[in-house]
Amino acid sequence: MSVKRFLDPDQILPAGPWALPAAKERTVKSTGTQLPSHPSKKLTTPLYVKSVCQHYGFSKLFLLQALIRIQLRFGWVSPLAVRELSCQLKITGGEVRSIIDFYSFLSAEFQGQYQILLSNNITDTFLGQSDIFQQLCYLLKTPDGALREDSLVSVTMTSCTGLCDQGPAALINGHPIVNLTSERIKQIAILIESRASFNQWPQDWFLVSDNIREPGALLDRTVSPGQALSQVIKHSKESFLDELQTSSLRGRGGAGFSTFLKFSGVIQQNSKRSKYVICNADEGEPGTFKDRVLLQRHCQQVFEGMTIAGWALGAHKGIVYLRAEYAWLFKFLQDQLQTRRAQGWLGHNAKNLAGFSFDISIHLGAGAYICGEETALIESLEGKRGVPRIRPPFPAQSGYLGFPTLLNNVESFACITEIALTSGQKFAAIGTEHSKGTKLHSVSGDCKYPGIYELPWGVSIAEVLERCGAEDALAVQIGGPSGACIPRDHFDRCIAFEDVPTGGSFMVIGHSRSLIDVVTNFTDFFAHESCGFCTPCRVGCKQLDLFTARLKQRRIHAHELAKIKSLGELMINSSHCGLGKTAALPLLQLMESYPKLIEDSCIPATELLLEPECH
Amino acid sequence: MTQSSNKITIDGRAVCFQPGQTIMEAATEASVYIPHLCHHPDYPPHGSCKVCTVKVDGRYLASCSEKAVDGMEVQNNCKDLKDLRRSITQLLFVDGNHYCPSCERSGNCQLQAIGYALEMQENHYTQLFPTRKVDASHPDIILDPDRCILCGLCVRASEAEGKNLFKIGGRGQNSYLSVCSDSGLLGDSSISVNDKAAQICPVGAILIRGEGFHIPIGERLYDHQQITSVGNCRPRYNHSTSNLTERKKREGPEHSKPINLTTGKHTNGK
Ligand SMILES: Cc1cc2nc3c(=O)[nH]c(=O)nc-3n(C[C@H](O)[C@H](O)[C@H](O)COP(=O)(O)O)c2cc1C
Ligand code: SF4
Ligand code: SF4
Ligand code: FES
Ligand code: FES
Repeated sequence: MSVKRFLDPDQILPAGPWALPAAKERTVKSTGTQLPSHPSKKLTTPLYVKSVCQHYGFSKLFLLQALIRIQLRFGWVSPLAVRELSCQLKITGGEVRSIIDFYSFLSAEFQGQYQILLSNNITDTFLGQSDIFQQLCYLLKTPDGALREDSLVSVTMTSCTGLCDQGPAALINGHPIVNLTSERIKQIAILIESRASFNQWPQDWFLVSDNIREPGALLDRTVSPGQALSQVIKHSKESFLDELQTSSLRGRGGAGFSTFLKFSGVIQQNSKRSKYVICNADEGEPGTFKDRVLLQRHCQQVFEGMTIAGWALGAHKGIVYLRAEYAWLFKFLQDQLQTRRAQGWLGHNAKNLAGFSFDISIHLGAGAYICGEETALIESLEGKRGVPRIRPPFPAQSGYLGFPTLLNNVESFACITEIALTSGQKFAAIGTEHSKGTKLHSVSGDCKYPGIYELPWGVSIAEVLERCGAEDALAVQIGGPSGACIPRDHFDRCIAFEDVPTGGSFMVIGHSRSLIDVVTNFTDFFAHESCGFCTPCRVGCKQLDLFTARLKQRRIHAHELAKIKSLGELMINSSHCGLGKTAALPLLQLMESYPKLIEDSCIPATELLLEPECH
Repeated sequence: MTQSSNKITIDGRAVCFQPGQTIMEAATEASVYIPHLCHHPDYPPHGSCKVCTVKVDGRYLASCSEKAVDGMEVQNNCKDLKDLRRSITQLLFVDGNHYCPSCERSGNCQLQAIGYALEMQENHYTQLFPTRKVDASHPDIILDPDRCILCGLCVRASEAEGKNLFKIGGRGQNSYLSVCSDSGLLGDSSISVNDKAAQICPVGAILIRGEGFHIPIGERLYDHQQITSVGNCRPRYNHSTSNLTERKKREGPEHSKPINLTTGKHTNGK
């Protein structure tokens, strides 16, 4: 019997509520021996799992891809699914579970026929997300959001979903719903109670707008497949690399490493080895959503840039690592890739590529901020837990499967296309000395016009605030929680690698907000997202989290401050990767810029005798 | 390049290295002790505990995973590093549930020994008291995850033995040592007492049954000597048979075999 019919590889999101698991499936123990070897045909799980494994050639490398599909198909990865996976891929159940437990979007327990994930970014909090949560729990009768007794629904928080400009936002069984209001919540509750499938819901709820407020060179352009490629491949690879060098393009993912040097690093490797081009669409930094908009509106520019990179490096395979929060974009992106293939700009021996083969596939993440870190991303692509590797070797030397790999942010690839279409010189004519070109800013928080602003590097913070209609900002968080909190009296500073660098997150904190709430939210985020590999970050993040929780209640001791400061420094100095090195920054910056706030949160000396020491 | 140019200094002392060696490897060969927990000379570096942090040019590097580079000036012994390593050790202590007085490994435990060596007096940080279950499903081996420091040594040892019995699972504060059997229990895995993976645990997380307190407290490896001078390897038992009574008979003389003071390895090669 063919199992193929169970799987449409592009059908990622469920059309309706997830089926209630059969009683059998719930009670199954995950030991390999306890089930009959031929489970009842009524259980579709094993058949589906088998068809997914077949789709991926029964390779362990695609374990994560199989898991996220199973999760989105059934709403959980049941013990039965684990058992079937371990049989098909010849690994143990323990190993499968060790991966499930790493990723927030995978769960070994059923999460309800409807799983509501509310975005927990600070900007959603500003927009009243906690009221929304309360109301949802009340209407759906799920105290604390926990799975309802009849398994109909659960409501939980999740890290930023990249919809901050139209929050409060939620993902319901992976479908995005934006601009949640009290009215809409009521309707949602009714639809859920009636177990309506998603095509019975008002379709405009699922529309995610792009909110492009100020387009620039990148966003003003529409690129059709091959438009830049056809020009570039007329000339030599060297001349393209010259253009790239002239452009002084620096990576847009945050670190700002020279893109030309990355290309050179890959080219220096043995030319006979396979090479890979990877696009980092993990966009996990809270408050960033510009990659989502690029993929929604300008994905051909991104694919074009990847193909140009493939051509220049002699790579034949490109992979987009798409965060699970954007699974709703998967089908659309697959169709766009198909268009490129149909037009002869992508695929094996594609007719317009003059003998050169390059294809792109899309891999899904499964809810882990750390998988945006380049080596963790590669681990995740290989089907493992997303734990950063020891560097060196860098991906350019040894990346995906140990092969030389070029890994860049979505926006960086769009810039590559821009450079190919115009010239390195034209690109470098905009910006500052060390930051050339334009930058996409994802503006959210307390402002009138949240959305995407494409502005030249070097723009002052005050200017961005003026454009987005933020009149009375207390501070701005630039570059997300791992970036910098710029207080009001420093708004004249410039956004550029030489002053305030950014990966694209620009969150406005209004004058009525509590910075302690903001820092608590960020510290909580890091504690939730630490991969747990190294001691300083795994334990340090948790310590900071416990501390900010008390800071919020204004129950800290003055003598603890020195201890927290030195813990923060320890994390900066000895953490394994960028997450641990930045996790303490929000708190350290708060302590430095707003000592008065901290002082006021200390337990007054008069009360000290009554307060037991928290240890 | 001549061999003599491959030199680094550690606290001012010149140390030679082979190209490709890590700072830790070069130091071990030159009998310089750098504290470490997740490093073991027989396995590839993990770089997770960070107790081995050294300073090079004002930067902090994990010496077990950082390659030695000609001319590097490494600082290993200074107050700054001692404080940092002590803090990391304290973080490891609050991360698990370490009740040393009731732990079989006490006195032979590297975490405890490093705590002594760094003059750690208290836990300093907030105790996290994780809830983790003991796995007593195996007849010869016990896994007490309360004491696991996630060093990954059992994982690597088992990989090298071709058995792949362990993996680290979960994320962040919820990371745990996962046993690769279908039930996730040791008893359903193919582990045996003779596996390196069963013997390598630097703390008291993987214990062999029937060995409890065989060497009395007070006579253990770190009871009278610092880890800085005796190194790592506690006495290894020869488990050629899993018959416990047999083993007990043999163990008497076995554990008193001499240890190479600088590398911490057994001089008898077993
Ligand atoms: C914890 C962490 C998370 C990251 N998340 C992302 C991300 O979501 N997207 C991204 O493009 N880069 C992210 N990065 C940066 C990447 O490691 C890498 O530098 C970047 O993708 C390289 O591309 P670029 O040179 O084009 O910027 C992250 C880094 C760290 C340390
Ligand atoms: S493992 Fe070591 S530190 Fe932990 S309880 Fe046992 S002796 Fe103490
Ligand atoms: S059980 Fe022991 S060897 Fe294995 S990871 Fe934990 S502490 Fe390390
Ligand atoms: S846990 Fe990832 S940096 Fe340490
Ligand atoms: S010994 Fe180097 S990080 Fe653990």
